Parts: sequence; structure tokens; C-alpha cells
Amino acid sequence: MGTGALEQLKVRPPAAKRIAVRGVERGMRSWTPWLFLAPYLVLFTLFVAIPVLYGLWMSLHNWDQFLDEKPWAGLSNYTELFRPGSAKAGPFWSAMRATGIFTVLSVPLLVILPLGVAMLLNERFRGRSFFRAMYFAPYVLGVVVVSMVFRFLLDPNIGALNHLLGSTTPWTTALPWAWISLVGMTVWWTMGFNAVIYLAGLQDIDSQLYEAAKVDGANVWQRFCNVTLPALRPVIVFVVTVTILASANVFGQSYLMTQGAPEKKTRTAIMFIAEEGFQDFNLGSAAAMSYVLALFLMALSAGVFFFFRRGEDRR
Amino acid sequence: MKARRTLRWAALIALTVLYVAPILWMVLTAFKTEEESAASPPTFLPSQWSSEALDTIFASSAQTPVLRWFLNSVIAALGTGAVVLVTAAPAAYALARMEFRGKRLVFGGIVATLFVPPIIFLAPNYEIVEALGWLDSLPAVIFPVAAGAFGVFFLRQFFIGLPLELEEAALLDGASRFQVFTRIVLPLSKPALATLFLLTVLTNWNDFLWPLYVLFNPEHLTLSPGLGLLQGANQTNYALLMAGGLVASLPVLALFAVAQRYIIEGVSRSGLKG
Repeated sequence: MGTGALEQLKVRPPAAKRIAVRGVERGMRSWTPWLFLAPYLVLFTLFVAIPVLYGLWMSLHNWDQFLDEKPWAGLSNYTELFRPGSAKAGPFWSAMRATGIFTVLSVPLLVILPLGVAMLLNERFRGRSFFRAMYFAPYVLGVVVVSMVFRFLLDPNIGALNHLLGSTTPWTTALPWAWISLVGMTVWWTMGFNAVIYLAGLQDIDSQLYEAAKVDGANVWQRFCNVTLPALRPVIVFVVTVTILASANVFGQSYLMTQGAPEKKTRTAIMFIAEEGFQDFNLGSAAAMSYVLALFLMALSAGVFFFFRRGEDRR
Repeated sequence: MKARRTLRWAALIALTVLYVAPILWMVLTAFKTEEESAASPPTFLPSQWSSEALDTIFASSAQTPVLRWFLNSVIAALGTGAVVLVTAAPAAYALARMEFRGKRLVFGGIVATLFVPPIIFLAPNYEIVEALGWLDSLPAVIFPVAAGAFGVFFLRQFFIGLPLELEEAALLDGASRFQVFTRIVLPLSKPALATLFLLTVLTNWNDFLWPLYVLFNPEHLTLSPGLGLLQGANQTNYALLMAGGLVASLPVLALFAVAQRYIIEGVSRSGLKG
């Protein structure tokens, strides 16, 4: 290779820019990118971008989808939610509370247990991918089938669980049992999903780090705390965030398994919003509630983000 | 060392029992009579294998036309998968490989919506779907679902990782961008396209909240809201409910068994990128 070629190599612009230098792109006119983007952007505009704003507009009206008249309501759909004693505020916050209880109970389990399972699977042995698939399988069944199966298993009179335990526990119709059932079912259903994500993260950890720790005399627990956890940090942040959002969106489990029982105490925020919009025909108020719930969730995500970032700085 | 291995196998097997038992219970119950499914104490194996529940499911009555729901779910899931591939792939290619004015804004806008809680879309999309005349029809559960940003995000990451040399050589030979995209990039991306297709099909097959409120007529439902209806109409006929659950799960379990690697890799890769 002569020096000429070497020189050329040196001045070669970075890969991503090479075939895409502005103005001189080959095989491309100025509207070519837009032609590629157009089909998706039509869908995106219609069903993602417009709805975000349109929902806000709807929330400012008394919006009954079956009436032509949709009178302006100002902020009343929102203020109703924050006026103590109003017809909407009580059930709305009770539903928000149900979602909160479910989230607080399910997220720790869904963050910790799958990590244990992933570590169980993070060693070479025969049948490893079989077990991984086995624990992931419930996730592909979907919330409807899983809820139906668990409603049956947990049936107080003829359910298999009470038969096994020799008890008559009202798993789906009384507290605290209904929460235990909803959380347990959700852990069973989605644990494999988080475990698979953890497992991929564990496999990316450099094994030399463990060797070095061993040489330094670190025991299993110390290796876990000082090698595994720090290396896994970004994956943990991802799992925590995704799990919080998924748990806060809980709907199908309580709609199908406890059906809100007892006394609508397990009726979740999304369940209440859907009822408000589609059973009481008040999409404006449902939209307002959606925005309040969404603000909560975004604040929560931001909180998680900053919590983990602060921890990062301290290290 | 040996104790640790024994412990691991004990844990693996205990978990496996915990994971197989509910699914096995569904399958066994689907083959019991209604009477036997409600027996107390319950029987483990059906005392006689009965096709009563499955016959009712396949008879597909007018109130609960399960086969119709099945067909609708197949169309909706495959349709959504196809629409996602056809729209997201070219868009992701433009965002991965082309420079143009407004690119950052477009990509930023698309990615930002990944963080918008989905409940926001329920009320406005209902109105938009109604304005399009799609209420109570399959397009309502195909196009709004296919508009999600995940596909574009997922494929763009993949395209960026492809080696540039082939594309450059083809461009030098005078190929158009479209030719490069269809003849080089897409064939190289088969695993990513397959993964995205499978994840979309699974998600759509199991979607519940949205189809529950935009589909009404029993004939027009997909399986998820359909099974909800089946449960509402047969609160305690568990043999029938489990038969319905079995019919709804077989396709996704079969798909998972065949394409397990793609699905699991797709999920774990989405985690690493986050």
C-alpha cells in the first residue's frame, strides 16, 4: 500500500457521513428522504401527533361522542378532579390509588425476582435456552388468557389453589387477597420478559471483571454488589422504568379477573377512564383524566431517572 | 460446587413446575365436561376426555362466534405486522442513511412519542377512527396500532449497524436509493424485519383495551375482546372458557416455539438500547 492510499484512508470522512454528504448525495434528490418517510409520517401524524393535541382539545369540552353539540367546558373537566367532594374526584382518586397500590406492590417483585432468575440462567448448562423459553412463554399468551386461567385457578370454591392449600380464601373478591392475586398473576405473566432483558445484560459483562474480583478475594456476595450491580446499572434503570410504566397501565388483569371487586377497590385508573369515556359517554372528562394520569407517569419516570443519576454522581 | 449445582437444578425445576402447571391446567380443563370442570375437589386428568367444550367453541354461535374472532385476529395481527414493515422500514432507512433538512426534528419527534403514556391516545383516536368511518371494523385495530414509533426506532438502530461498503458500491454503480434499499438493505435485514414482524404480531394478537372499545358487533371482534365477552356470558363454565383460552393461545405458542430465538432476542435487544 503506497502512501497515497494511506493518505486517502486518513481523510476518509466518518462512515455515517460518507454516502450522505449534503448536496452531493448520490442517487438522491432533495425530496427522496421525504418519499421514504411519507407512508410512516401519514400514519404517525394521523394517529400519534394529532391525537396528542386533539385529546387536549377534547378535554376542554363536555364531549359526548353521540351528541353533535360538544359545548366548551374550559378547565372544568380538570378542576372537577381536584374539587373535594365532586362526583368525579372521589372515584377517580380511588382508582388512581388502586393503580398506585398495584404499582408499589408489583414493581419491586418484578425488578428483583427476574434478576435472580436471570442469574440462574447465566451459566452454561444443558437446556438453558429451554428454561429461558419456558419462563418467557406466559408473556406471549396475553393478558386475557392469563387472567381467565388465574380466575379459574383462584376460584374460591372450585379453584385448584384453594384445593391444594385446603383453604377457602376469597382470592378475587376480598382484600388483601385480590391485590395478592393481581400482583402474583402479573409477576407470573411478565417475569420472563424482564428476566430475558437482564440475562442479555449479564451476558455483556466482561468475565475478566469477575476473575479480577476473585483474585482480590471477593466472595459471591461481594462480586454481586461490586461487579454485577454496577455493570448492570443501565439495564436496571431500563427495567425499572419500563416496569413502572407497564404496572401503572394495569387494566386487563383487574377488568377480567377481579372485575374491580371488592366494591371497585381494585378498579384501576385506566379502567375508570375507559368507563368514564365509553360507558358514561364522557370522552372529554376521560381525556382530562388521561392527561392527569400521564403527567403522574411522566413525573414518576423523571423521578426514577434522576434518582439513578444522582446515585451515579455519588460513585 | 456440587451443592450449588443441585440447588440450581432444584430452583429451575421448581420454577418450571410453577410455569407449566397453570398452562397444563388450562389444557386439561378444556377436555373436561362442564360438570367435571366445576367438581369439588377437582380432578386432575379428565375422567373421560370430552370434546364438549371445544365443540361448542368450534360451533361458533352467533353470540360468541369464536372462529370468526380467530380469523379477525389473524387478519388484524398479520395486517398490522405488514403495515409496520412497509411503513417503518423505508422511514427508518431515510433516518439512518440520508442527510436532509429537518431530520433531527422528525427523528426527535418520533422518539419523543415513545415516552408518551398510551392512555393519552384512547379518547382522541376513538374520535379519529370514527371520523374515518372505521369504528367496529378491522382497520381500526390495524392502522392506529401500526403508527407506533417502536418499529422506526428499532429498524433505524439496525440499519445504522449495517456495513456501508455494499451500499456505497451500488450507488457508485449508479443504483438509485430505492434500489439500494430494496436490493441490498432489505435482504441484509431479514432477521431484524422478522423480529419486528413477530413482536408486532404478538403484541397485536394480545392487545385488549383498544379493540375492546372500538369493536362492538360480536361478528367483528378479535379474540381478546371476544374472550372477554365469552367470559361475561359464561362466568363459571370453566371448561368452555379454558377451551377458548386454548384456541386463542395455540397460534401464539406455536409461533413462539418456532421463532423463539427471534422473539427473545428482539426483546433483549430492545432492553440494551434503552
